[in-house]
Amino acid sequence: MRRSPKDNLESHRKISRRGLMLGGIQAAAVLTLTYRMRHLQVDQADQFKLLAEENSIKIRLLPPARGLIFDRSGAVIAGNEQNYRITITPEDAGDPEMVLERLQALIPLSPEDLDRTRREIARRSPTLPISIADRLSWEQFSLVAVNAPALPGVTTEVGLSRVYPQGPDFAHVLGYVGPVSDYDLSKLEDPDPLLQIPRFQIGKLGVEAKLEDALRGKAGTRRIEVNSSGRVMRELGRKEGDAGANVQLTIDRRLQNYVQARLGVDSAAAVVIDTLTGDILAISSAPSFDPNLFVRGISSADYRELTENDHRPLADKSVQGAYPPGSTFKVVTALAALEAGVVGLDETVWCPGFLKLGDRRFHCWKRAGHGHVHLTQSLEQSCDVYYYDIAQRVGIDKIAAMARRLGVGEEFDLPMSAISGGLAPDKDWKKRTYGKDWLIGDTLNAGIGQGFVLASPLQLAVMSARVASGRNVMPRLIRAIGGEETPVAEPAELGINPAHLAAVRRGMFDVTNARRGTAYSARVVDDTMRIAGKTGTSQVRNITAAERARGVISNDDLPWNRRDHALFVCFGPTDAPRIAVSVVVEHGGGGSAVAAPIARDIILQAMAGGTPPLTAYPESQRNRIESERNELQLMELPPPDGKGQSRA
Amino acid sequence: MSYLEYNVKTVPSGLRKVLFVNWPLALLLAAVACLGFLMLYSVAGGRLEVWAEPQMKRFVVGMLAMFIVGFIPIWFWRNVSAVVYLGALVLLVAVELFGDVGKGAQRWLDLGPIRLQPSEMMKIALVMFLAAYYDWLDVKKVSRPLWVLIPLIFILVPTFLVLKQPDLGTAILLVAGGGIVMFAAGVSLWYFGTVLALVVALVFAVFESRGTDWQLIEDYQFKRIDTFLDPGSDPLGAGYNITQAQIALGSGGWAGKGYMQGTQSRLNFLPEKHTDFIFTTLAEEFGFVGAFSLLILYALIVGFCIFSGLTNRDRYASLLTYGIAGTFFLFFMVNMSMVTGLMPVVGVPLPLVSYGGTAMIVLLAAFGLVQSAHIHRPR
Repeated sequence: MRRSPKDNLESHRKISRRGLMLGGIQAAAVLTLTYRMRHLQVDQADQFKLLAEENSIKIRLLPPARGLIFDRSGAVIAGNEQNYRITITPEDAGDPEMVLERLQALIPLSPEDLDRTRREIARRSPTLPISIADRLSWEQFSLVAVNAPALPGVTTEVGLSRVYPQGPDFAHVLGYVGPVSDYDLSKLEDPDPLLQIPRFQIGKLGVEAKLEDALRGKAGTRRIEVNSSGRVMRELGRKEGDAGANVQLTIDRRLQNYVQARLGVDSAAAVVIDTLTGDILAISSAPSFDPNLFVRGISSADYRELTENDHRPLADKSVQGAYPPGSTFKVVTALAALEAGVVGLDETVWCPGFLKLGDRRFHCWKRAGHGHVHLTQSLEQSCDVYYYDIAQRVGIDKIAAMARRLGVGEEFDLPMSAISGGLAPDKDWKKRTYGKDWLIGDTLNAGIGQGFVLASPLQLAVMSARVASGRNVMPRLIRAIGGEETPVAEPAELGINPAHLAAVRRGMFDVTNARRGTAYSARVVDDTMRIAGKTGTSQVRNITAAERARGVISNDDLPWNRRDHALFVCFGPTDAPRIAVSVVVEHGGGGSAVAAPIARDIILQAMAGGTPPLTAYPESQRNRIESERNELQLMELPPPDGKGQSRA
Repeated sequence: MSYLEYNVKTVPSGLRKVLFVNWPLALLLAAVACLGFLMLYSVAGGRLEVWAEPQMKRFVVGMLAMFIVGFIPIWFWRNVSAVVYLGALVLLVAVELFGDVGKGAQRWLDLGPIRLQPSEMMKIALVMFLAAYYDWLDVKKVSRPLWVLIPLIFILVPTFLVLKQPDLGTAILLVAGGGIVMFAAGVSLWYFGTVLALVVALVFAVFESRGTDWQLIEDYQFKRIDTFLDPGSDPLGAGYNITQAQIALGSGGWAGKGYMQGTQSRLNFLPEKHTDFIFTTLAEEFGFVGAFSLLILYALIVGFCIFSGLTNRDRYASLLTYGIAGTFFLFFMVNMSMVTGLMPVVGVPLPLVSYGGTAMIVLLAAFGLVQSAHIHRPR
């Protein structure tokens, strides 16, 4: 196709013109773009630099090491051990289900762990890490770490986890720690950000829970550079947190271990207390449980075993249990009557085996009666009629007041869970609670520690210590927090006539040292470690007149949970008391036969500061004691490494 | 004047053609490509084999293609323009029928050892075909409605096929590329004005229709527009890419954070860091200086092309050169506007720098056409 030269020239001009226009438009566009880049990169550079940093730099909390807990000798009774674990951050994982599947191919994951992880993934913020498994072995841990690239969002961590080297011994005192639950969080108004760390452990019970604030410590921070999937590229800076404060208890771990072992499988509690300072040297509840199980996450089978056991291992009977103190309460009634002046020290009461009130008979435990008894004899032989009589004379209000003075009915401020206040009932109390008038029969029952009166083993130990020292001894569990000794003032005098106290102590001395004493078989023959005590056997059922007529059924013939509680309180050495002990054996039977021997073993152990010589026991019992000792399963306790002592 | 009419003997032949190659253009292309290797090496975290090395190999192939295409006389290319266009169209249909789905769109055609992206080829084929059309068309008829309608059909058929993939970025480039050739060919400015007015009216109508029962586009598409207008409104969702890209760009500052020091790209905050968003890494690591330098290199490439077109008296050659230069210009302009937040994200790679085989080779081959026009221009 031919065109005229003119056409060609014109078309070339036109095309050139358009070409120049195109060039112009393009130049303008390039200028616009340059301006835009200058605006972003020069004018706003500082702002964007900040944004870039915020993007890639994250601050993560470093959980502080939880404060250690020492016994009075400075040995660790609650420590921290390394714990290898893996967490997943759902947002970074993309498809958490796929990641979990891959993880399962690497290491065994329990169905419980998987279920919990899935639940938490569904419920919690996808940006927060969730713990998948705890306490991996080093091999499993490294297997996961090596395969990290195939497991997006999965992080391996080395954390600290609580460990209780003496296991069951301190379960009830220390309690245990566990991962923060939603319930825990809901209770707090302004939760510490630390609690958002997955499976961060906080105290759930006992000292661990009550001293949580001191033990927890302050979080450290870690500045890290992360990529867009949240994987940590490098650490930019680290500020260690403050470890929690160490806590020292007044408890002696060896004695505690002994007491726990001595109580054995009985449903029982024992408290050992210093009569001068109030230091709790041992406080046990049996049977116990291993708190380490709870830290690791107890299996439902194990948990069911604990909750279904009729001996209630989870309950701390030493402070939560409130029992009718039985005859051990006669110490209170005696002092109340003496102080009120309604009975003289040498005044005798005739015991024919019962006391008649109206047409109702109140029986003495000894059906034949004790004949004429005065104060010390009444304690020694635990004559019930004597106490019916003087209780009736002094009245319930004075008995209740004396009980409170001696610690029964007083709720002590100790960092333990669910401390029971016991009950020292009076007329007001009954009116308030039941809307009924106090009856004289109520007074008689209260006089021998039955009826409404309730006391915890801790209160009984305090009562015993106060009688022994004549001072208002307050129980103390915490010796030091963060190396700072908790102050202990010398307890004030109780203000009870020393002669009256001496008479009661004399009576208690006779209980274990006079031939007719109810706990004569539980005597100590070593003069430096003689003990004084009081037995108690408290009924948990009513004995009807009909039954009494047929003859009271012996404890051995009753089902376990309807048998009497066996109680014993004691102190020693009698010339200069230092140790007070209370023992309660639930449904154990008689206080003299069951509780007293246990209490003697414990108090001897405490007074001797170790295993007492066999010569402390009556000669006829030594063979039996020795074989019992051999059967006792004590823990090997290495001496403390001294780390604790310097801090305490 | 057409090549059929001038003396072929004045045109260099054989190896002498090497002397007539537009060397500044070739060197500029190589410079941009080298910058690309540098960036691909950086975004791969200092690893050559991931992206930089395959890209180098393709560059070598592309350069060879450019010289081969360039040494073939321009009249040959004009004569096969229609065939190339039809071939590309067939491939586009083929991809519609048998194509591989990559990233949610059908773009790839698997031909045994090579994987082809026919839409890339169509960008150039369309330009060639339109240039040939206007070379053939009587100059006087250029602005007549019927003769304007025909090229419009040539443009819209492949555009429709590409939109079906769906690949909005390429579709826009096809329309714009075709428009540039029509503009250069001298189609009356009234047409362009009318189209522009219609587009503005349409955009207005779309916004007006929002929330009414005659709503013209889907809700999610509105959301995308919102995100473009204010990326901060959804910083972790759809606005994430734009926000992160701007952070990378802005935090580069005047001189940048230094080579391989870009936190945004190195830590994977940048989306598509080796393809569509590679410019942000360059801007982050080399700052305004680096980004502006690349822009200047691109502008020089376009400038040399336009100069070559201006000095070429052959109609086909000029139109082809403008068309290719214009397409190339659109490539980098759309990409840069996109990452700097001047345009919504439409998925257009940065020419010669972004990782991608077909695009690189096709583009260099297209510059081969420019070289051919330059070498064989009438003297």
